[in-house]
Amino acid sequence: MREVAVVGVGMTNFGTSEKTQVEMFSEAAMEAITESNLEPKDMQALFLGNVLGDFEEGQMNMAPMCASDIGMKDVPATRFEGACASATVALRNAYMWVASGFYDIVLAGGTEKATVMGTPMATRTFAMGSDSRYESFAGITFPGAFGMAAHLYSKKYGIPLERLKKQMAMVAVKNHKNGVMNPKAQFRKEITVEKVLSGFVVADPLQLLDCCPFSDGAAALVFASVDKAKELTKKPIYIAGTGQGSAGSLCNQKDFTVIRAREYSSKQAYKQAGIGPQDIDVCEVHDCFTIAEILAIEAMGFFEYGKASQAVEDGDTALDGKIPVNPSGGLKAKGHPIGATGAAQAYEIVKQLREECGERQVKGAKIGMIDTLGGDLATVSNMIFRR
Amino acid sequence: MEYKLTYEKYKEALMGGKLLGLKCNKCGEYTVPPKKVCMECSSEDMDIVEISGKGEIRTFTVVRVPPEGFEGPYIVGMVALDEGPWVIGNVLDLDPEKASMELMGKKVTIGHKEVKGDKFSAGDGVALTFKLEG
Repeated sequence: MREVAVVGVGMTNFGTSEKTQVEMFSEAAMEAITESNLEPKDMQALFLGNVLGDFEEGQMNMAPMCASDIGMKDVPATRFEGACASATVALRNAYMWVASGFYDIVLAGGTEKATVMGTPMATRTFAMGSDSRYESFAGITFPGAFGMAAHLYSKKYGIPLERLKKQMAMVAVKNHKNGVMNPKAQFRKEITVEKVLSGFVVADPLQLLDCCPFSDGAAALVFASVDKAKELTKKPIYIAGTGQGSAGSLCNQKDFTVIRAREYSSKQAYKQAGIGPQDIDVCEVHDCFTIAEILAIEAMGFFEYGKASQAVEDGDTALDGKIPVNPSGGLKAKGHPIGATGAAQAYEIVKQLREECGERQVKGAKIGMIDTLGGDLATVSNMIFRR
Repeated sequence: MEYKLTYEKYKEALMGGKLLGLKCNKCGEYTVPPKKVCMECSSEDMDIVEISGKGEIRTFTVVRVPPEGFEGPYIVGMVALDEGPWVIGNVLDLDPEKASMELMGKKVTIGHKEVKGDKFSAGDGVALTFKLEG
């Protein structure tokens, strides 16, 4: 395996877009390619995350459409689907093909247009991540799964639900505060704990502002072998480690406050990078729901199991905290176009490591990590980047 | 290698009031819902058995923003069967507005209900239901 670096990144604004998924991806991709001092013809392959294009626009096989739109002629273009972790799975594969020596320069990223479905259809299609035979007929939803996780967490660790809900609300408050400083974020306004606790209930005990929104958007990165990277940019950001883990249906995972796929994936990434969680300066994690961020930062090893909700309250995950979590605003405030999310997380970490994040910059960040979760905790993928 | 307890076979039995699972001849553990291999030790050497239909609620939620085709609010719970595996289903005999963490740890009897499918579900289906004991 040879060293691989990110040489360019691009991202659309997240939110509601009038553009198609191909158009959004083309904008992000051209930004990434131009920043790399390259042209689309230099891309040897496209690795694309996209989850629900079939349902959103009736578009299957999205990747070749995206490649063609920017003039990547003839080269392979492949869609990766791992529910909300799709883009990270695509990025990880892109990295491996370059690391193996098969390609020198590739394009990776993701695109999604979830808002067009409306809430009932979006909730139906997102719930396709559950076991369709043995779980879906009970009407389980994504917020429902994480609502069950919150109840499990409260009981298991003896944290009264009222207290846990306040700590969960603090996750949303923090991520909104960060989102204000991100010009590409879907929500750019601060909220309060009281506001979170007065929202309507989506799935007990999760209220509206415990949940990330439905979003449209795209993000893209160019990966190059280390030799090429040094020719192309003064600020290559290296991939230090990656991981990916899987689990089956939710019920088979039993006590899912401990997300085994994430333990497996993050350990693999740390091992490859030769570091531990204490070495990470900044991270973007999968806060699809407030409780999800708490579960993520435990399984990634930043906090002991049962301690992360208190750590949030103590400010350990704030921009100036022990481990800054989701400086971009996270899925909660930046938005969650599911097929693009992992690429947007990587976009943020690359920008952080290049020190290009303005007022949300984590000072002196040298090593950053992304964490993306798909389905009912069924796919988790992590990547560690370094300057 | 033939699939021992298929979804169709499991569903048909459940509609007849029998919850089927698999008992491993190697490690003795149960697999519910069915899989090709034992969920604990991955052995294929399993027999189809009827599950007791008793268990305990481990967690729950009230779905208030349902997927297309469902009408909320309704309670979704996870139950640990007496045999060990956890399953997902609906708590029916309780007003969702009265659902609280008091539910966790309550003993239940497993039942079932037929659920109309939609154009994505490959036909109609069946969900487990949990009846509170006592």
